[in-house]
Amino acid sequence: MKAYVGTPTSRVDGRAKVTGAAKYAGEFPADGLLHGFVVESTIPRGRIARLDASDALQVKGVVDVLTHAHRPPLADNDDAWKDEVAPEKGSPFRPLYDDRIRFNGQPIALVVADDWETAKFAATRVRVEYDREAFATDLESEHGKAGKVDRPHKPRGDAAAALAGAAVRHQADYVLPTEHHNPMELYATTVVRDGSGRLTVHDKTQGVQNVHKYLCGVFNKRPDDLRVVSPYVGGAFGSGLRPQYQVVLAVLAALELKRSVRVVLTRQQMYGLGYRPMTIERVALGAKPDGTLDAVTHEATAVTSRYEDFSRNDTGWAEQLYKSPNSLFSHKLVDLDVSTPCDMRAPGAASGVCALECAMDELAVALKLDPIELRLKCYSDRDQSEDLPYTSKQLRECYARGAEAFGWSRRNPAPRSMRNGKELVGWGMATGVWEALQMPVAVRIVLTSNGHAEVSCAASDIGTGTYTIVAQVAADALGLPIENIDVKLADSTLPQAPVEGGSWMAASAAHAVLGAAEDIRQELARLAKAIPASPLGGVDAPDVILVDGAIAKAGDKARAVSIADAMRHGKLERIEKQKLNHFAEDRSHARNTHSAVFAEVKVDEELGVIRVTRVVSAVAAGRILNTKTGRSQIMGGVVWGIGMALHEETVMDHRFGRIMNANIAEYHIPVNADVHDIDVIFVDEPDDRINQLGVKGIGEIGIVGVPAAIANAVYHATGKRIRRFPITLDKLLD
Amino acid sequence: MNNFQYSRATDVADAIRLLAADPGAKLIAGGTNLIDLMKENVERPSRLIDISRLPLRDIEETADGGLRIGALVPNSDLAYHPLVEQRYPLLAAAILAGASAQLRNMASVGGNLMQRTRCAYFYDTATPCNKREPGSGCSAIDGLNRNHAILGTSASCIATNPSDMSVALVALGALVHIAGPSGQRTIALTDFHRLPEDKPHVDTNLGTGEIIAAVELPKHGFARNYSYLKIRDRLSYAFALVSVAAALELDGNAISEARLALGGVAHKPWRSLEAEAALRGRAATSDHFSRAADLLLHGATARAHNRFKIELARRAIARTLIQAASATPQSQAHKKIA
Ligand SMILES: Cc1cc2nc3c(=O)[nH]c(=O)nc-3n(C[C@H](O)[C@H](O)[C@H](O)COP(=O)(O)OP(=O)(O)OC[C@H]3O[C@@H](n4cnc5c(N)ncnc54)[C@H](O)[C@@H]3O)c2cc1C
Ligand code: SF4
Repeated sequence: MKAYVGTPTSRVDGRAKVTGAAKYAGEFPADGLLHGFVVESTIPRGRIARLDASDALQVKGVVDVLTHAHRPPLADNDDAWKDEVAPEKGSPFRPLYDDRIRFNGQPIALVVADDWETAKFAATRVRVEYDREAFATDLESEHGKAGKVDRPHKPRGDAAAALAGAAVRHQADYVLPTEHHNPMELYATTVVRDGSGRLTVHDKTQGVQNVHKYLCGVFNKRPDDLRVVSPYVGGAFGSGLRPQYQVVLAVLAALELKRSVRVVLTRQQMYGLGYRPMTIERVALGAKPDGTLDAVTHEATAVTSRYEDFSRNDTGWAEQLYKSPNSLFSHKLVDLDVSTPCDMRAPGAASGVCALECAMDELAVALKLDPIELRLKCYSDRDQSEDLPYTSKQLRECYARGAEAFGWSRRNPAPRSMRNGKELVGWGMATGVWEALQMPVAVRIVLTSNGHAEVSCAASDIGTGTYTIVAQVAADALGLPIENIDVKLADSTLPQAPVEGGSWMAASAAHAVLGAAEDIRQELARLAKAIPASPLGGVDAPDVILVDGAIAKAGDKARAVSIADAMRHGKLERIEKQKLNHFAEDRSHARNTHSAVFAEVKVDEELGVIRVTRVVSAVAAGRILNTKTGRSQIMGGVVWGIGMALHEETVMDHRFGRIMNANIAEYHIPVNADVHDIDVIFVDEPDDRINQLGVKGIGEIGIVGVPAAIANAVYHATGKRIRRFPITLDKLLD
Repeated sequence: MNNFQYSRATDVADAIRLLAADPGAKLIAGGTNLIDLMKENVERPSRLIDISRLPLRDIEETADGGLRIGALVPNSDLAYHPLVEQRYPLLAAAILAGASAQLRNMASVGGNLMQRTRCAYFYDTATPCNKREPGSGCSAIDGLNRNHAILGTSASCIATNPSDMSVALVALGALVHIAGPSGQRTIALTDFHRLPEDKPHVDTNLGTGEIIAAVELPKHGFARNYSYLKIRDRLSYAFALVSVAAALELDGNAISEARLALGGVAHKPWRSLEAEAALRGRAATSDHFSRAADLLLHGATARAHNRFKIELARRAIARTLIQAASATPQSQAHKKIA
């Protein structure tokens, strides 16, 4: 039997998804289901002076209009509202809690009706008057009010002095705009209430247990009062890490009205949720003439809300990537009258590394060095923040393999030197880096005597392929065909899992599966050896393996007992094992994934129209569990990186504090025409230290570095350095 | 969305009657623009008069060798019609440069001519906008105006007309056949859309109770030397920052007839007879193309964020004319600019 791990196994849930059998949060039916439609604030700051729902209540089919003044009780303390992913500092947003308006697009009422259209219509009949207050939403004009984030960062050496004395210096501000989440699936919750008042909450989320705990806190419920499920998620990318307000509103209405309730947000309303915060990244690099770095400083100034301090690691990456005796990193936040930012694929790194890698490119130009050569000169085999070696780091190999696949050696370094007819051709590259985290996850395996196994865990599959890799690992570990493995995910009553994020789920879930499967193996070995005249008699338990649906001696498959026989003799119909994963505590090594990204752009010289004609992404991320879904992850990251480089930008009119492109006609993401060849290379990176399988996780590494590679390619093509993203053609015209 | 009545018109006369009976009524064809605006509460019709099944779906040759296109012909059918592909490829190209395949399947000719601006403030009922709410003010003039007009603006409105199809139709000298309470009339498409002046809420010269019945193309299709070039913020599925329709009749290298129209720059497809006259009788050279661009852009003014459009339009005009003159029209399938 061949192993599934490491092969391009197709998604086990693929058929259900393409045939529509897979149900999403807003699709679950319920008897007597009511529909809620959200009324949002149209000002960024102030108080609700008057909210008159009388006209809305007159509309036939409207059941109720919930507001801060008319709702069941909600928790009155921040602890209850703080979910697993909430920022440490701050007071989480509480929907329909009081009359305060904290951001534009804030939910201020929920109209509940027999059908969605009626609720939506009646929502236009809710009249609101505000006491407006002065507000600010512009990071650049409020830049001066930035406050520093406490970070356990140890400055190294004297960066300022080293910078001042450096032979070659580069310093610049790179401005990354606010970007909003646009997963295909809209945020939605269907709360199904059973006769006894128990609630089943079908929610779009990356963490059912996080939502479960949060709802229990917010509504003062016992764990058994409600259950949160989310079997399929149509993309989330960080937007579903924290419970979103629609889940609170749907439960609120279900409790108040004692009915099943569904709340689906519109695409426009999703611009009132979290986002990647606009950030001004100031990077300064000082180098010796040979290209070795003397000093690195990176200061990020980002948007947050007035009620929570959201920040991610934008600035620490240089310390891992490049050797430098002197460094200084800091992160600042500006409080604005906006909703709290949230994680978005590779939060911190996607923006911070973009700035760093553009700056490195500029430094290479100043030093007249090839960009790869510069990176090799500064290459660091140790993570300098803790001065630790890596469990594995094949970044050199990424540079080499990526460069070769791309044809980098044929690059003429001079800007504007390569062209093809009316188009200038540019080749750029950048490094990518992300963490390789692992979290506590438990898995339950139930093996039945017919050789089928159900593997279950509360983890979500947000489209990344968790179902599939869990099935692969289980099939290999249990020696069963993948068709015999049934995976159940994303139900708060299943064994423990954190939110699916940070690229930690593949490694974490896979090792929980291994643990539970090992217990099953031991049990089967015991049973198999116990049968009369067992072919495994005298074989030590560690030498017993599970293969081809049987329990066999390692290296001698002829000595085997079928699972069915072993269980029949043991009088067992099923074997159930649950196990929490276990990773050896090891602070002696840093754990990261890396990539080298190469991009080719073609820019129409007169018109500035940019095409990203080729991207090569060479990734070192330990063992790749599934080369097919893995490749898709990286391709998805590259496509998003193209968007970050060229398209995505939330545009706000600061006179109104309103987002003016809150829809996907005007908020641009790449379309097919913007995406050409993407070549994904997984570099071999054996790692027997990080965990048993040598797995690191690849959900985020695919986007990191891509925007910088493209920006650097645009510079190489045109000689123009665009530091304010996205790079739209108007910026290339003058 | 508002509550509304729904009627299905049985014929054109019925549609006109229904319109006259209810001043708040609106025609609906493909619905791709109207429904979006209703969802945003920008349009709040008291009644929808569904004309989508009226027999206005034919494309017929006219007696003098032109083409009469029913107002309900779907954009896709029009673009892929053999007569259009062969004789009016400029029109096919402009249509295919717009929206997405799915939208073009739904969108009608009449609806395309009537589609409203994409100005973000027009769409957002929480902000002032003279076009949506006369007298409330124009948020774009001192606000976000990167994709606003550079020609024919007024102190009340600087919005653009977003249609691609109209740009080609204007260049080709199309006529619009209108049916109304007082009978039929025909006007040139150049006179169909209005400039904003002090009444930006009125997009067109279509009268109350009138309906577009058909669009007519004259015989001359410029099938050899034409090009439609659309410059946008991504390579497909975005509204034009600037688009150019160019059509030439060449006699060797001499231009005997020229048509030139711009999209994305004004409240209507922008055409200048002076610019075309300046090309007529001249050699097809870049100098003459630049001169035409200058004339077409004469009087262009910019606001805080849309200055680039003037230079972009200038370059795009020159490029489109080169494409047309060399019979290498811009492909709408391959986004590399020829
Ligand atoms: C996401 C998106 C992207 C788009 N991109 C582009 C683009 O790049 N380029 C482009 O050109 N267009 C684009 N469009 C717009 C599209 O072309 C128009 O929505 C479409 O042409 C409208 O036609 P319809 O039949 O659906 O009109 P409807 O929505 O049915 O009607 C629109 C208006 O026309 C009126 N109307 C319809 N028929 C008649 C008639 N016979 N007589 C009088 N009035 C009539 C209606 O009353 C209504 O006011 C885009 C649209 C969307 C949603
Ligand atoms: S430009 Fe026209 S449509 Fe836009 S806000 Fe001003 S008046 Fe309204």
